[in-house]
Amino acid sequence: MRAATHAVRAACAAAATLAVTACGGGGGAGGDRGAVLSSSWGDPQNPLEPANTNEVQGGKVLDMIFRGLKKYDPDTGEARDMLAERIETTDSRNFTITVKDGWTFSNGEKVTAQSFVDAWNYGASLRNNQRNAYFFGYIDGYDKVHPADGSKQSADTLSGLKVTGPLTFTVKLNQKFSSFPETLGYNAFAPLPRAFFDDHDAWLKKPVGNGPYMVENYTRGSQMSLRKWEEYPGPDKAQNGGVDLKVYTDPNTAYTDLMAGNLDLTDDVPAAQLKNVKSDLGDRYINTPAGILQTLAFPYYDERWNKEGSEKVRKGLSMAIDREQITNTIFQKTRTPATDWTSPVLGKDGGFKEGLCGEACEYRPDEAKKLIQEGGGLPGGQIKITYNADTGSHKQWVDAVCNSINNALDNDRACVGNPVGTFADFRNQITGKKMSGPFRAGWQMDYPLIQNFLQPLYYTGGSSNDGKWSNQEFDDLVDKANAETDPAEAVRTFQQAEEVVRDHMAAIPLWYQNGSAGYSDRLSGVKLNPFSVPVYNEIKVG
Amino acid sequence: MPEQPPYEPERAIAGTGMGGQMDLAASEATTLEQPPPGGPGESGHEASAASGERPRSLWSDAWHDLRRNPVFIIAGLVILFLVLISVWPSLIASGNPLKCDLSRAQEGSRPGHPFGFDGQGCDVYTRTVYGARTSVLVGVLATLGVAVLGSVLGGLAGFFGGVPDSILSRITDVFFAIPVVLGGLVLLSVITSNTVWPVIGFIVLLGWPQISRIARGSVITVKQNDYVQAARALGASSSRLLLRHIAPNAVAPVIVVATIALGTYIALEATLSFLGVGLKPPSVSWGIDISAAAPYIRNAPHALLWPSGALAITVLAFIMLGDAVRDALDPKLR
Amino acid sequence: MGRYVVRRLLQMIPVFVGATLLIFLMVNVMGDPIAGLCGDRECDPATAAQLRREFGLDKPVWQQYLTYMGNVFTGDFGTAFNGQPVTELMGTAFPVTVRLTIVAIVAEVVIGITLGVVTGLRRGRPVDTSVLVLTLVVISVPTFVTGLLLQLLLGVKWEWIRPSVSPEAPFDELIVPGLVLASVSLAYVTRLTRTSIAENRRSDYVRTAIAKGLPRHRVITRHLLRNSLIPVVTFIGTDIGALMGGAIVTERIFNIHGVGYQLYQGILRQNTQTVVGFVTVLVLVFLVANLLVDLLYAVLDPRIRYA
Repeated sequence: MRAATHAVRAACAAAATLAVTACGGGGGAGGDRGAVLSSSWGDPQNPLEPANTNEVQGGKVLDMIFRGLKKYDPDTGEARDMLAERIETTDSRNFTITVKDGWTFSNGEKVTAQSFVDAWNYGASLRNNQRNAYFFGYIDGYDKVHPADGSKQSADTLSGLKVTGPLTFTVKLNQKFSSFPETLGYNAFAPLPRAFFDDHDAWLKKPVGNGPYMVENYTRGSQMSLRKWEEYPGPDKAQNGGVDLKVYTDPNTAYTDLMAGNLDLTDDVPAAQLKNVKSDLGDRYINTPAGILQTLAFPYYDERWNKEGSEKVRKGLSMAIDREQITNTIFQKTRTPATDWTSPVLGKDGGFKEGLCGEACEYRPDEAKKLIQEGGGLPGGQIKITYNADTGSHKQWVDAVCNSINNALDNDRACVGNPVGTFADFRNQITGKKMSGPFRAGWQMDYPLIQNFLQPLYYTGGSSNDGKWSNQEFDDLVDKANAETDPAEAVRTFQQAEEVVRDHMAAIPLWYQNGSAGYSDRLSGVKLNPFSVPVYNEIKVG
Repeated sequence: MPEQPPYEPERAIAGTGMGGQMDLAASEATTLEQPPPGGPGESGHEASAASGERPRSLWSDAWHDLRRNPVFIIAGLVILFLVLISVWPSLIASGNPLKCDLSRAQEGSRPGHPFGFDGQGCDVYTRTVYGARTSVLVGVLATLGVAVLGSVLGGLAGFFGGVPDSILSRITDVFFAIPVVLGGLVLLSVITSNTVWPVIGFIVLLGWPQISRIARGSVITVKQNDYVQAARALGASSSRLLLRHIAPNAVAPVIVVATIALGTYIALEATLSFLGVGLKPPSVSWGIDISAAAPYIRNAPHALLWPSGALAITVLAFIMLGDAVRDALDPKLR
Repeated sequence: MGRYVVRRLLQMIPVFVGATLLIFLMVNVMGDPIAGLCGDRECDPATAAQLRREFGLDKPVWQQYLTYMGNVFTGDFGTAFNGQPVTELMGTAFPVTVRLTIVAIVAEVVIGITLGVVTGLRRGRPVDTSVLVLTLVVISVPTFVTGLLLQLLLGVKWEWIRPSVSPEAPFDELIVPGLVLASVSLAYVTRLTRTSIAENRRSDYVRTAIAKGLPRHRVITRHLLRNSLIPVVTFIGTDIGALMGGAIVTERIFNIHGVGYQLYQGILRQNTQTVVGFVTVLVLVFLVANLLVDLLYAVLDPRIRYA
């Protein structure tokens, strides 16, 4: 492919509208538009449906084969209109959405308002077991199609969705939610073709969407070949001929394959290799902020953590953690010490406020010791940081955090790690309210909004409020912010709510996580979006 | 969250069961120094009872040989040293194995810290010395347990054959089927005690089938020998046949497998810790340090080298000991 | 002999039932797997209940087991959590692992026994000592490190091999992974052979054979080796299952999507269907391997007979 001549390229350009797939472009500054790159992948845990995919690996594919009403800008994270012509509202509750004309799925079917409404109804309906069904929870009628108690659903479709024309539909929410349009870039809100409903099994074997790539071949557990969809009507056409996603059993193997020239891109550089990245790859390594925040959560159902003065203990623990040292040494700067409860990818206007945490997030061992004593000491004289041992090598940083706390408190056994065998068991202990001390809590944003960093995690009954923290003042501020029509004012109100989180140290923020990737010398224009997923369509090969 | 699979040391996982016994032979040799009444010296050549002057038993013969064997003496001294630092690590290490300074992570050797620092900035020398207790305890006791249980059950199955053999062998088959990871997650996760005993018990439970198979095979071969047939013809009881004639001649493969298994059990302890079901932090052991240092082999090989070296010396000592004991038990070498 | 084999085959039935029941119960004891399916957040209770119903997890354990076994006998091993049929998973994993195991076993037999014979005949000589040192290295350095270093050296630096094995996993790509996988077992086989050889070389039948004037290699292969192989064969028999089901690290380092890897993933995700399916097949492998070993005893030592 790379050896193709200029003549061939010229012919291809002329015949662009005809049999384009047969053309492989030549080299040159613009890169080879027909060349295919290979990238590391992990087999998705759940069936690859838009509303059923809640992890990065499946998300990668959805990102390539689907385009929704909105798309988050790969650089700024800002939600921009993609398929949406207009989204209008007067009351932050009733929205009229107009879909752009001219979009089709890669099988030729037109993308209409119905494509969205059908997809959303499918995602919300209890009988379809979609892991992300709760994303539709703001839409009126959700409690009918997805009764919270698991009883039989009394409706098949969301009453809040109405198709009013071939390209228009209305959405009625069950509460005011001014930033609802900004959430629509999430994969769960993607449109679905009829083929998805008519022959579901066939669709799963070879998903069809409306994005810049189409699935050519999918072998479960080993590889998915995606090729450029030449007739893609959107502005963000693929700059390469396609992507082969190869399933790796281990990120380290992918890294080694990259060094040996068998792989073009890995977006998961193993921690142990970070120190060697410069010498192995030179400047073919990127490390960019992603919307991921790591925290330590606390069990507020345990009264030892929910009594007068326990916020002092939590603050003290926070000040006993040398974030700078740990992110530099253990993570080789692929994490940044956290100074608030959101993420730098939101940007200042989006609600990120550096230093909001203040000195409570700085390493001050002496004050830490004092605060913990004032707060009545560590419950039981020792804290155990619980984490799951099977994924993500958490042991290292938990040990480092504990060593830091122990050094600050001058006590060998003030803090110890408490590994749990499997992720499922870890989650069961959390949902069963069995935690007795701080535990690992990671949050990867669903969409780049400050609301997403606060409401699910700290709102009473929030979907990821694992510590069961509850504070009336915080809840009121969030409600107020959601009802706010002026975006800047909404952000300011959310920040006030964040200050409540800070004053109670509801969770100890540890660090912002970066996405990192290494790539071969064939590639250029490689970057990661704020979700730490490579922006495949912008990569140039050759 | 992107969840990625962890690394874990495999040989531990791969080596489901293996184990054996070598200390058994040594300790029996000591306790049996007094020749039991009427114990004739057996060998492949003279199977019948001797008359007149009572010769020493095979076991006391063995002990007599061992005391003069330099290999045995060196191995014994190394093991004695290991036991000593397991009991009093502070004899040779003054530091605190739990005192770690992240700013010194992966630093190499320097005065006062001869082995350098590991990835968490802990002193490798101190941790290697303090790790001996857990590792030697797990290695030796698990091996002993596996060897005793395995060779008794396997020996009986091989000796009696028929229905007892079928039952015992099929039970071993079922045990073989349990993957170590699954067994560990199920059996050890319910135990909250943070001592080495559950770990040792677990290794014995999953390790005995292998030694049992080895012992069974060995006994099946040995019991065909002429001297066994002859002793049987002379009316020797089953227990006498087993203990006097078969065991000493069938023990060699068990010793070999057991001495090597000792090393793999020390590593298996780390695998269990890695799975979150073994010893909980802040335990110190060679296995834990080896598996923590392994991914960083390119940057800080010294953090891997020293605990691995300690493990190698321990295994070497026991292999030498096993060899010496086996030689002492072999009358043909006399 | 024939009756013995038939009897042994019949005995497989209770072992099979016992092992599957045991594994089924063990995975069940690990608890509710559904909580692990929703990432770092709580599954909404309605969806969780629905998923539990779909996977049959809401029924009592005995009923789950019976349903499962009933399905197994019709060839249906259930589906993994990602919707993939377990039979499909096994269909891709087992052939690869079988090839990997063959490489490992061949290495154990050829290299292990050769080294064992050489060291057994030359005890205490430099050869013996060097092999002992190698043995110690293999035991005390984790497979992970050996694999990683070989991968870096052979795969990246010298470019002799591909660092990762392709999905088709042909034999030639499996040689290095197979050797890494076999390394610890090699130590066992070598030491076992060495000890047996050293023990038997002074036996009467060897002396007789030498006295008869037979050529040295014939004495070694026909008389000495044959009588020394029983412990080695026993060990290899017990090792097959461990190699097939426990090659987790090797498979992961070299990107082999084999049985060890799938089984490990299944266990961590507490997926009963995957785990029991894979273990069921492994149990059959164990049973057959052990039967073959027992039959080999009679071949190696004619005095052993089976009625």
